[in-house]
Amino acid sequence: MGLFGKKRRKKRDSGEAIVLENVTKSYSKGVPALDGVSITVKKGEFVFIVGDSGSGKSTLIKLLMRELTPTSGRVVVQGMDVGRLKHRQVPKFRRNIGIVFQDFRLLNDRNVYENVAFAQRIVQTPAKEIRKNVTNALTVVGLAGKYKAKTRQLSGGEQQRVAVARALVNNPPILLADEPTGNLDPKNSWDIMQLLDRINRERGTTIIVVTHNREIVNTMQKRVITIRKGVVISDEEKGGYIDED
Amino acid sequence: MRISTFFYTLKQGIVNIFRNKWFSLASIATISSCLFLFGLFYTVIVNFQYMIRNAEGEMSVTAFLQEDATEEQIQQVGEMIRGRAEVARVDFISDEQAWAEWAPENIGEDYMDIYSENPFENMNSFEIYMNDVEQQQSLVDWLQSLPDISEVHYSEVTATTLTGMNAIVAYVSLGIIVILLLVSIFLINNTVIIGISVRRQEIEIMKAIGATDFFVRSPFVIEGILIGLVGSLIPLAAIYFIYIKVMDYVGIQFPALTTLLQFLPVQDVFKLLLPISLGIGAGIGFLGSFTTVRKHLRV
Repeated sequence: MGLFGKKRRKKRDSGEAIVLENVTKSYSKGVPALDGVSITVKKGEFVFIVGDSGSGKSTLIKLLMRELTPTSGRVVVQGMDVGRLKHRQVPKFRRNIGIVFQDFRLLNDRNVYENVAFAQRIVQTPAKEIRKNVTNALTVVGLAGKYKAKTRQLSGGEQQRVAVARALVNNPPILLADEPTGNLDPKNSWDIMQLLDRINRERGTTIIVVTHNREIVNTMQKRVITIRKGVVISDEEKGGYIDED
Repeated sequence: MRISTFFYTLKQGIVNIFRNKWFSLASIATISSCLFLFGLFYTVIVNFQYMIRNAEGEMSVTAFLQEDATEEQIQQVGEMIRGRAEVARVDFISDEQAWAEWAPENIGEDYMDIYSENPFENMNSFEIYMNDVEQQQSLVDWLQSLPDISEVHYSEVTATTLTGMNAIVAYVSLGIIVILLLVSIFLINNTVIIGISVRRQEIEIMKAIGATDFFVRSPFVIEGILIGLVGSLIPLAAIYFIYIKVMDYVGIQFPALTTLLQFLPVQDVFKLLLPISLGIGAGIGFLGSFTTVRKHLRV
């Protein structure tokens, strides 16, 4: 039985979740933030994107989320050419991607349940399904017992798990985690990574983790794409963390 | 939109007001003070105009008929005067009626018998009340051109004074209302800018999750409209009580002034002030929240 019962997606679906074709993004006349980047991520893959600050990782995430459009090249997510989306099509497109941020970005004036239910309300899930889905998502992240707690009362690790539940509850095919362990201690970092790995294995969700965490990257033995100064310098199956020099 | 989404949005709008209570209070206070000034000023103006209108209504032009005018001619002239647009009311005063009204007041009933004949004999006249005192001169000119009219009595000074006062009140009120609106926009804009910083992250999260612009905007707009409505009800209530108190105070303390200071009944003042204030309040709330959120939707 999968994490979400009947809604379980077929594992390792064929096809591509994300395709970047020769993508360049320049902000002004200066050096491009991304320069001719080509990446393909298959559906159901687990990929680390590694790079130092200023390497272009944030730009890559913004392109995937359609917060930015490429200066040249194509960004295709779940078969949709992101650069061609009209403003009004963006919300629906974003529902393909569950996002987890380094700083959790929870609504601190609401409790755990409301933070997760919030994502369901946005996609206009019928009221009676919301409770079931939110309970499921909180069970997955191990916080079903704390659904009434205010987010400020939770530890960093728990807050990040709420954020993961929120990213998952709408059942997106892709989960994008932007430095998900950046604000966590090693134990909580491992818990979160294991949770993401489990979601990937059991749900078949494509997972993209942007990270600095060398230990996690080296231990998990997943595909690692390393970006430096806007260019992909390495893309390895079961890769490791490549140091600056 | 689903019904549950509608109620959720409505609830969020209301909950937001309490969640950000300081911001809500600041917004309500800003809108209230602006609309209080507006309402106060509006009340003064409509009362002033009401008093001028009353004074105008009491002003009349008296047109005396030729001594040899026949009854038929008198009737004809009366019809012609009544047919004019600027004329509100025409009273025919016969020579007997004029004497009967004038004599007791001016020479006393005891001495009226001295006069064996009516000194006003054949001085039949029309008492003409106008609905627009500005037209007095043209009416007088027209009356004087009629062959059956011998003389026209009127007060030019009062008419021009009233007309002038009307114009001054109109210009001053327009000027002050414009200034008040500019001040309101400035104050409300500042309040909204403070409000944005509180909400920026919430909007960003909603957009990242895939909320439509409409979904993001709706609770903010509902919140804005409700704040605007509350912000307009407070000054309305204040003005209502102040108005009644002032009317009572003037009536009791200065009874001599009541003939001069005729206040418009409170319900007449509020007939327009209530919908205008509520409309401005809701409008400011709507526009403020709508435009503020729009700036942050482009992510």
